[in-house]
Amino acid sequence: MLKKYEKIIIPLVAIILGLLVGMLILLVSGLDVGALFSGLLQGATGIKSGSDLNLRYPGELLVTAIPLIFTGLAIGFAYRCGMFNIGADGQVIFGSLCAVSFALLVPLPGPLAAIGTLLAGGLGGAIWAFIPGILKVKFNISEVVTGIMLNYVALYGCNYFIRILPGSTDTKTAEIPLNASLESEFLSSITNNSRLHWGIVVVIIATILYWFIIEKTSFGYQLRATGFNKEGARYAGIKADRSVILSIMISGFLAGLAGSMLVQGTFTWGRILVASESYGFDGIAVALVGGCNALGIFLSGLLFALLSVSETILQVAGIPREIGQIISSSIIFFVAIQYIIKFFLDRSFKKKKRAVSSKEEAA
Amino acid sequence: MKNILKFALVAFLAIALVGCGSNTPSEEDPGTAAGECEFTVGLVTDTGGIDDRSFNQSAWEGLQKWAEEAGAEDCISYLQSSAETDYEPNLRQFGDDGTDLIVAVGYLFDESIKTIAPDYPESHFLVIDTTSDLDNVASAVFASEQGSFLVGVAAALKAQEMGSDTVGFIGGMESDLIMAFQAGYEQGVEAVDPNMTIYVDYANSFDDVAIGQSLAQKQYDAGASVIYHAAGNVGNGVINEAQERVGAGEEVWVIGVDRDQYEDGMLEGGESSVILTSMIKRVDTATYTVAKAAAEGNFTAEIHTYNMAEDGVGAETTEGRNLSADIIEAINGYRDQIVNGEIEVGTTRYITNGEHGTVAEFRALAEEAE
Repeated sequence: MLKKYEKIIIPLVAIILGLLVGMLILLVSGLDVGALFSGLLQGATGIKSGSDLNLRYPGELLVTAIPLIFTGLAIGFAYRCGMFNIGADGQVIFGSLCAVSFALLVPLPGPLAAIGTLLAGGLGGAIWAFIPGILKVKFNISEVVTGIMLNYVALYGCNYFIRILPGSTDTKTAEIPLNASLESEFLSSITNNSRLHWGIVVVIIATILYWFIIEKTSFGYQLRATGFNKEGARYAGIKADRSVILSIMISGFLAGLAGSMLVQGTFTWGRILVASESYGFDGIAVALVGGCNALGIFLSGLLFALLSVSETILQVAGIPREIGQIISSSIIFFVAIQYIIKFFLDRSFKKKKRAVSSKEEAA
Repeated sequence: MKNILKFALVAFLAIALVGCGSNTPSEEDPGTAAGECEFTVGLVTDTGGIDDRSFNQSAWEGLQKWAEEAGAEDCISYLQSSAETDYEPNLRQFGDDGTDLIVAVGYLFDESIKTIAPDYPESHFLVIDTTSDLDNVASAVFASEQGSFLVGVAAALKAQEMGSDTVGFIGGMESDLIMAFQAGYEQGVEAVDPNMTIYVDYANSFDDVAIGQSLAQKQYDAGASVIYHAAGNVGNGVINEAQERVGAGEEVWVIGVDRDQYEDGMLEGGESSVILTSMIKRVDTATYTVAKAAAEGNFTAEIHTYNMAEDGVGAETTEGRNLSADIIEAINGYRDQIVNGEIEVGTTRYITNGEHGTVAEFRALAEEAE
């Protein structure tokens, strides 16, 4: 029974323990615990007792969740294929650069511009992920090492290229054409002027495709099999090298789409980054808590976004914004710890079984 | 496993119950107390945070001063931004709450102000370090080059006192805003000693302390006796390097930026500091003045340049610190000349990033290129 629900129970326990830590810290510092929950409720639904429903909060929640879900899917996809794509952060940044360059330099009519910009970001991420992929296959260099190094190359390199795009200032590029953005007057108007954009539809489609490819296609099976045992997969007639590169490129494509979302939705311009915004690293947490499973990642992306957008509301209620970060870090910590607990539980469970079976033998 | 789950649930519910019990006092929190205020002010920081020892903090101190005078301590509040994506929601939060004056600290807010200010015509906005022509937005910019001129004078005079002919400048990002600091500094140094060599380096960052330290190491090794930093947190690296060198018996100095950084440069024992002086940019004057005017119903959506004449910028010249009486006198002399217009400080810098030389050399190069 434990095994069957384990995947749901572990993150749920971790979330509850994480909130518990947050509440304890608030209690110890003499702050209002109730405000934490009313703040989270308001962030998630826009409902607050004593004031009007404000749908801007759930709108902004989705805006924050969209890139997080994409990087979560990116990390999750690579992980399911036996790889740790820690370079996702660089892929987000390079994806943003490609998206904003495409939007500014390639004028296309109507919605084609938006679709082109979206794909340009995804392809940018895939190209950036190809580098650790090919190095892993050709020279057996760990994708973790190259990924981390490429994060810095992307951060500083892209700043240079963003600056030389036509119309760029010291801090950002010119605004992208309206038809290249995913902005939606309709979505914005139903959520009280939030920045909600059509990316929400894209992210839902991507989540479904993730599930379908990983769980339901022989292509996804080949990728997973390669990650599970490369030599075994090769023996079974799978082109293992090709699978490794494809896995990390698909992961990079998803991370690149997170970059497109930032350019086309959250902002409508490219930005010069002074430091990494760690979308890629947050994706690791999202994937971990979501169990690398499509629906799980979607929900945990929403959870981390909620903790982040509630910061504003909590500050208004006199609670320091750091509490959101404390809770999300605690959740990650407990998910990690849960694997250790599970390990011990499994062992004691097996011991019992062995004891039972040896008794039976004796009898 | 099950036990852990049970324990967690019980503890969770217990604390949640306790929490709900103490729900009432929150009704008096700043967010809701605003109902009793005649005039409310909200401040949104950039990612530096409210305690950045720089302009966010200074802006908040200005509001605190106004609130104290007006007896409106409960009517001011701030929201800190954790990332650039927070700027819009934080501004809108104040807008939705009906805040009367919303202060956005920093030039990174220019786009979000453009989008948001028209949606809240009832609120007034103040944006620092950038300009806007919307009719409910006031802009505060600073003649940083004038203040930088004075610290340039201090740097050159101190170098002369020490028998050195080299000073340094370390900037954050190579943007128009920061290059104006460099420009003023160059002119101040040149006014005192046209043969003084200036080293110029940019960190391409406002928060990388390590880069600040290595650039300072480079400049001090090359003989710079005083370094002026206009680089936010990067400057703390410059201060670290100077502290280490002074600890080892060398004599080197740092000039701080934005606010009086004397305390930040304290040496072991806490009796003296490596901070020679600081270029003061009175963001607090801006927030104070605008909050006061707006509360009295006199808000004007103008672009205001805070210059030396009205104490918007200046050099810190507290007596008994590291500046000799002669240098303070010289600084005050130049200050008067700037205030009455005898000296006009420009915003064009000449020495390029990573280079060094006298200002005249580089000016000649620039003129040749034209």
